[in-house]
Order: sequence, then C-alpha cells, then structure tokens
Amino acid sequence: MEPTNIKNPEFFHKVVDCQHACPAHTPVPEYIRLIAEEKYTEAYMVNWDSNVFPGVLGRTCDRPCEPACRRGRVDEEPVAICRLKRVAADNKGDVKAHMPQGPFKPNGKKVALIGAGPSSLTVARDLAPLGYEIHLYDEQKLGGGFMRSQIPSFRLPEAVLNEEVNYILDLGIHTHFNQYVSSLKETLDKGYDAVFVGSGAPKGRDLDLPGRKEADLNVHIGINWLANVAFEHTTKIGKKVIVLGGGNTAMDCCRTARRLGGEEVKVVVRSPFEEMKASPWEKEDAAHEDIPIIDNHVPKSFVVENQVLKGMIFEKVKAEYDKDGKRKLVPVGGADVFIEADDVLIAVGQENSFPWIERDLGIEFDKWNMPTVDTVTFVSTNPKVFFGGDAAWGPKNVITAVAHGHQAAISLDLFCRGESLNVRPSPFVNLVSQKMGIHEWAYDSAVVNDDRYVVPQADKKVTLVNRKKEVELGFDHITGFKEAERCLNCDIQTVFSTDKCIECDACMDICPTSCISFTENADETDLRSMLKVPAANLTQDLYVSDPLKTKRVMVKDENVCLHCGLCAERCPTSAWDMQKFFYNVTKAHTGCASHAK
Amino acid sequence: MTYIKPKFRHPELPKNKLGYSVDHYEGALSTLCAGCGHDSISAGIIQAAYELNIEPHRLAKLSGIGCSSKTPAYFLSNSHGFNSVHGRMPSVATGAAMANRDLTYFGVSGDGDTASIGMGQFVHVVRRNLNMTYIVMNNGCYGLTKGQDSATADQGSKNKSGNVNLFESIDLASLAIELGATFVAQSFSGDKSQLVPLIKAAMNHPGFAFINVISPCVTFNNNLGSTKSYDYVRDHVEATATIDFVPQMQEISVDYGKGTQKNVTMHDGSVLQLHKLAEEWDPLDRQSAMNAVINAKAKNEILTGLLYVNPDAHDLHHMIKTSDHPLNSLTKADLCPGSAILVDINAELR
Repeated sequence: MEPTNIKNPEFFHKVVDCQHACPAHTPVPEYIRLIAEEKYTEAYMVNWDSNVFPGVLGRTCDRPCEPACRRGRVDEEPVAICRLKRVAADNKGDVKAHMPQGPFKPNGKKVALIGAGPSSLTVARDLAPLGYEIHLYDEQKLGGGFMRSQIPSFRLPEAVLNEEVNYILDLGIHTHFNQYVSSLKETLDKGYDAVFVGSGAPKGRDLDLPGRKEADLNVHIGINWLANVAFEHTTKIGKKVIVLGGGNTAMDCCRTARRLGGEEVKVVVRSPFEEMKASPWEKEDAAHEDIPIIDNHVPKSFVVENQVLKGMIFEKVKAEYDKDGKRKLVPVGGADVFIEADDVLIAVGQENSFPWIERDLGIEFDKWNMPTVDTVTFVSTNPKVFFGGDAAWGPKNVITAVAHGHQAAISLDLFCRGESLNVRPSPFVNLVSQKMGIHEWAYDSAVVNDDRYVVPQADKKVTLVNRKKEVELGFDHITGFKEAERCLNCDIQTVFSTDKCIECDACMDICPTSCISFTENADETDLRSMLKVPAANLTQDLYVSDPLKTKRVMVKDENVCLHCGLCAERCPTSAWDMQKFFYNVTKAHTGCASHAK
Repeated sequence: MTYIKPKFRHPELPKNKLGYSVDHYEGALSTLCAGCGHDSISAGIIQAAYELNIEPHRLAKLSGIGCSSKTPAYFLSNSHGFNSVHGRMPSVATGAAMANRDLTYFGVSGDGDTASIGMGQFVHVVRRNLNMTYIVMNNGCYGLTKGQDSATADQGSKNKSGNVNLFESIDLASLAIELGATFVAQSFSGDKSQLVPLIKAAMNHPGFAFINVISPCVTFNNNLGSTKSYDYVRDHVEATATIDFVPQMQEISVDYGKGTQKNVTMHDGSVLQLHKLAEEWDPLDRQSAMNAVINAKAKNEILTGLLYVNPDAHDLHHMIKTSDHPLNSLTKADLCPGSAILVDINAELR
C-alpha cells in the first residue's frame, strides 16, 4: 500500500467515527471533554456552531453518531453521545454572549426562506451575521417547523425549542408567520436576491382501504394529528386506539395518544418487530408506557357500524426473503384478526408536496414530483432557488436538515456575491501534540470500564397524565461526567513519524487492542490479512507508514484503537505522538465573512 | 497520567486450543524503560506460550536480579513465579524441578545475573542438563545501575559516556555449547519472527535449552559505538537458518526445497524446520556449531538462530534416576513400601 497521507484531513476525520457519521460533523469528542470538565457553556457553543439546536437534538436526534461510536466495537454499548449533548444544554450559562451580536451591517442583499424548520433556521443563522436581510415565511404561528408540530412536548419541552429558535430570530430575522406561501413566483417577484425552500415533507401518507371514507371522523393522519395536538386544536382521543406504522412518528403518535385519554393503545405494523424503522430506544419507551407493538399484521379494512368506527381487520403475515435478501410479506393463512378501536392514527410515512411551486419557473421536477437539486450546492435548476432539509430529497431528520442548511447558506452567500458555487470553503483543521511529559497528556487518556449509564425517567404516573411533562430527566452532573469519561477521545490521533522509529516493537507489544503491526508491505487485501489481528472491518482504514530501515512498514488498523496513548508512552523516540485533531466544517458566517466585508 | 492498561482487547482476538486468547498469558504493565528490548522478549514469551497451548498453571517462571529478572512480572501472570537471589536462579530452578518434574520451567536472567555474579551457578546447571528454558536478556550493560559495562560487553564497544571496553567479552552461547548444553540458540529482541519459534522449540526441548537474546538497553547502551544497539545489531546480524517450529501431529506445509532444508525431529515428534542460510553448518554437530560462532565473530557478525541441538539428550532426572512422578504426588505406600521390599533390598546388598 502507498503510505497514508495524513495531511489530507479526511483521513483523521474518518478516525473520529462519531463526527464523521454526524451529517453536520459536530466535533463530538471535543464537546464531550468540555462536559467532563463541567465547561457546559463552551460545550454548548461547540454544538451550537455545528448543529444549531443542541437542546433539541440532545433530546430528539436520530443519533447516527452512536451506532458509529468506536466504543460500541470494543464494549457492549456506545457512548450516550446524544444525551451528553443535553447535559451541555441543560447546564449551560450565558451562551448568548458567545453568539454573533447584532445589529449587523446590511450588505444590501435580501433572501427569502420558505418554511421555518431546522434547515431554514440554519440558513438564517449562518447568513444573518453577514448582513443579509432574511425573510422567514411559515404557515404556523411560531417557528420550528416539524420540531414543533411533530415532536411531542413530553420529548421536547416547548421552552427548549422556543429558546433555540429565538436565538436565531433574535439575529434580526424578518418573520412572516401565519403566512402560507401559495406561490413561489409571487415570492420571487418580491425582489429577493435568492430563495431557499425548506418547506419539509408536509404530506402524511393515507391508506386507501375499504371503510376508510366511512370511518373518516375517527381516522387521522399521524403528522397532522400530532400538529393539531401541538397547537392544541386536538385535546382528546378515544379509549381504544390503533396506530398504524412502525416508524418514529408512529411511536410519537401512540405515546401522545396515551396522554390524551387512550387507555388501550396498540401499534400495529406490517413488518417484523426487528425491522421496524423506529429507533430502538423509541420502541423501548413505547413499551415502557404499556403500548404493545403487534408486528406482522397487514391492515385490510376499517370496520364501521352505524357510521361509528368499531375497529380494523388485519391479515397475519410472515416475512420471507429471496436470495437477494429482498423481503416479501407472505400471508400465513388462518382467520383475519379484528382489533377494536375508537380511533385510528395512520403513521405510514410522509411525502413532499410542492403544489405552490409553479412549474414554469425553470425548476426541474422528476417523475416523482421532486425537484432536481445539486447534492453539494443545494441549488435547483433555477440558479436563484435553493432547497434543503426534507424538501430536497424527502424525509430524513433534524440533524440532516441542519447540515443541508449550512451548505445551502454557503451557496446562497457565494451566489449573492457572484462567485462559483463549486468552490467550497475548506474545513478548519488543527493538529496539536498533547504531550505534557512522561506519561502525561493534555487529555484524560485512561480508558474507563464503566457500562453505559441509563438516562433516568420521570414516573409514568406523572408523565402519562400530562402531555407536556418531559419523560426523560437527563443526566445529572455526576452521571454526565461518568458517561463523558466513557468517550475514547478518538480525535486524539496517533501520529507516526517514520524517521524517528527504531523498530523496537514496544508499541506493537503494548497495544491493548493489537492495532499495530510491523510487517512487509503488500497490497491492501493481503496487508489486512498479514496484521497481528487481521483487519476484517473494511469500513475502517489502515494507517501505513513510509518504509522503515528494515524495509518493513508500520501498519495500524484504525478499527478498535482505544486512543489510550500507550503506544506513544512506550515509544522511546517519540515516533508516536498523540495529537489533538480538530475538524470543523466551515460555515457561511465564519468562512466567507472576510469576502463579504 | 495513565500507565493503566485498558481492559478492552481486540474483539476478534483468536483463541488457542485451550480456549485462551493471548491476553490470558499477559502480565502486569512493564515498568522498564520505554523501548526496552526486554519488553519485546516478554511479548515473544507470551506469544510462544499462547501458541504452544500451555496451561498457565503448569508453568513456573524463575529469575534472579536485574532489569531482565523483573520481566516475569510482565508476562504469564497466571503462572507460578519465583524471583530469586542475584545469580541464584539455577539453584532454585533445580530444586523446583527436582521436586516437581511435571511443570515447565522457564528461567529468565540477564548478562550480569548470568555472566558475572551467577556464572558459577550457570555453568553447573548447563552441565547437569536440567530440563528448563534459560533465556538471557543480554544488553551488555548494567541497566539498573546506570549502564556500566557488563561481562558480555564486546571488547572495543563504546558505552554511553564514551568509555571503550578494554576486556574480552564472555560469549554465553559458545560457553553453553562448550559445557555440553543440548539446545543453544541466539536471537535478537527486535526479530520476533525468529525469536518466537526459538522459544517454542526451547520449551519443547527435553533438557537444558539456552537462548541468548541480544536486547538493546534503550537508555544506556543504544548509542553510536555500542555493539548492542538496535542499529548495530540490525546491521551485523546473520542467521544460521530461518526456523519454524511445527508441533507434533501437524502437517509440515512449507517446503524450502532440497539442499537448503533441514528438519530436526524432537523427542515428542514435533519438528524444527530449518531453512539453512549458513554454509558448512549442521545444527546436530557441536563442532560445526562452534565453528559457525567463531567464524561469525571473526567477521564481526552476530550469528542468530538455532546454533546447536541434540534432540536425544537425557535430562537430569534421567541421569540421576529420580522418581517418575512429582514428589507431591507420592503416597505413603510409595514412600514406605514395607518390610518385604526392605528385605529384598538388603538381600541385594549381601
């Protein structure tokens, strides 16, 4: 193999699994260390810069970082990254003083953002400090988009959401709430220099089954129903409730129903339990609230008697897989199942919908009625119109919407300054030695053995009678510290200098996880099999040195490195050094600011 | 400040026939200097014991005094250990082996512990052919007392403070051959691919197995002008042969071709497979082994690998006809066989 080019920041970025997996590339180990030091304000600001809604995400994020966490590969469970973020948000001091301080000198450009969800708010935050006049449109009375309408208050208290939305609105954003944009053409005609569409995927899917029309009064589309609950148009539901669907929206629906008077709430899902789309922890939370999840049941019809919904009929199926692993649900035979219900909530997916975008504006739509959007620059085929969040490629999650917002903001700024959208700003990168002395590092290198800590929850007796009572209590300071200590500090990189190595094998012998080998060089496939423990995880890179004196090479399998620093401690010549790698995606307000002046 | 070895290991660490992964053979975290050759030898011992499927409680590690003799703390934590008086490890090993012949005895010593204070003990344990492995971690200096020249420092070798050694060095490997050792090898701490098979072969040898391992002292004897530094050894090392240890019942898979290959079958059926590099050298012939060592020395080469082996050697137990069973397993009936036996014995003496 060719020697690894560690000057390319993407190599070490990939070693920081959590940060690499985060769509917004939040510097996770950096803020976890700050939490361990009780520097909650600083930890919050590291988050705020990257993901804009630390308090919201610390409660509701889909956590792509946690399955990626290296700890999950050597220990039973990954670090509770998401809930640590909440610790920072819960305990922070005055963060506003660290945020950009307006009023900002206008740069004469006007941008309209359609929809006040996470992607638009991110664009607003990134562009406002540059002097843009931002106009934010939303049909609801408050900002937040689906963070407000779809995520129930018992998971995300309104106060937390309001606080973080207001940090952005306070930057001098012109809000146009309670205002449904019914024509993109009209908006464009208002003289905006550019328009960002962050209108989400607002249309809940329906099920066209026999009896659907007759039962309409008691059948609700999940996301609409959740919005009605959030805005207090809906305050109660029948005693017996069926929730159809197996995603996180279904979990929110069933748990909300329990709080609005549902006594026998059942989730019925077509697929096997293990294959449900909902996050495992959301399924656990539903089970904890006595909500059975009935899997392998396909809905067939609504049963209505005397214009009143009585329940639903389901067919029992099982999953079969063909040789390509493609799933087919096959009826198992036997009688269909009748389940009683006073109300049915349909949470089987949601779709984009752009009835308000005229098709003659130069914006290309595909056969699924989705706009053609550039995956890097987020521009549509109309150079003035940008898309992001769920509006761009369908429903994802908050953190993805934020990541889109950052990149779209950069594009909008480049566009308004008449520059090429394809010249993207490089990330901010730093690499600094952590050596303080013999066996002394500037980071806490010891690896603790603790199992993952469980986030305490409020008593069901309290939470089930009050829709607004938050279920999770969050970690206290001490537990937060202990959980933070579980982080392996993957951003403290093992950096190898070939010219200093005397090939004494000390690093190879000491490495607890057998990551380091000295061997003849070979191509990657062979090399992976020649290591002390073969490197079978192909998603993890090998770090290969230049040839050493004996013509061998040092090969480090990055897979299960604990970043404990023992290789560097046992190295007599400091050929190994532990160096803190900081990687931060450049945002419009930091990277492009100098040009804007 | 760490200096704590994390408990996590590679999740795909393979297991040996006993179901142990290599970490079962580890010891405490070493307190020797970073980069010490001794640590590398410890890792080699761990690897060899793991690969030989040794049950840790069936092995006793013994040592004297010195940096080298601290190392048994850093490997095989689950085995028996005895850290003896300076240079007196052979006596303790002899006593232990006489009492319980069923354990595997593994002695660790240094150049001071063996070639100076323990020389008297060393030569006698060699000639008695005690069934043990005896490793000298040879760094040519007294590391614990800040690096004075030891008896194995080569004449003309320069130490860290610039002093040149005036005295002839003691060559432990040729001394061992001379005294009748039945397994003699030499190796380098920086070459585990050679060291590990040698340790495995030594532990399988039914008599005294001696390995002299050049092990650079990274703190006091790794300077320019030293003949035991990493760089010097790497530049001057010559091997008699590459060696593979093939355990009993395992098919020999590598074939180096006729003429260069030599297989030595050990008493238990395991095979030392040697791919010869040195000419006019026969590992079964003491004379040629001595010549090879002397020739190498004349060329300023450090000859490593297996030097000499006598696979049919008889160990001390055999020579002095001791009990076939460990003393602790002998019952009263074995020890007091009764008056009838006594009568027979007396009759023989009449």
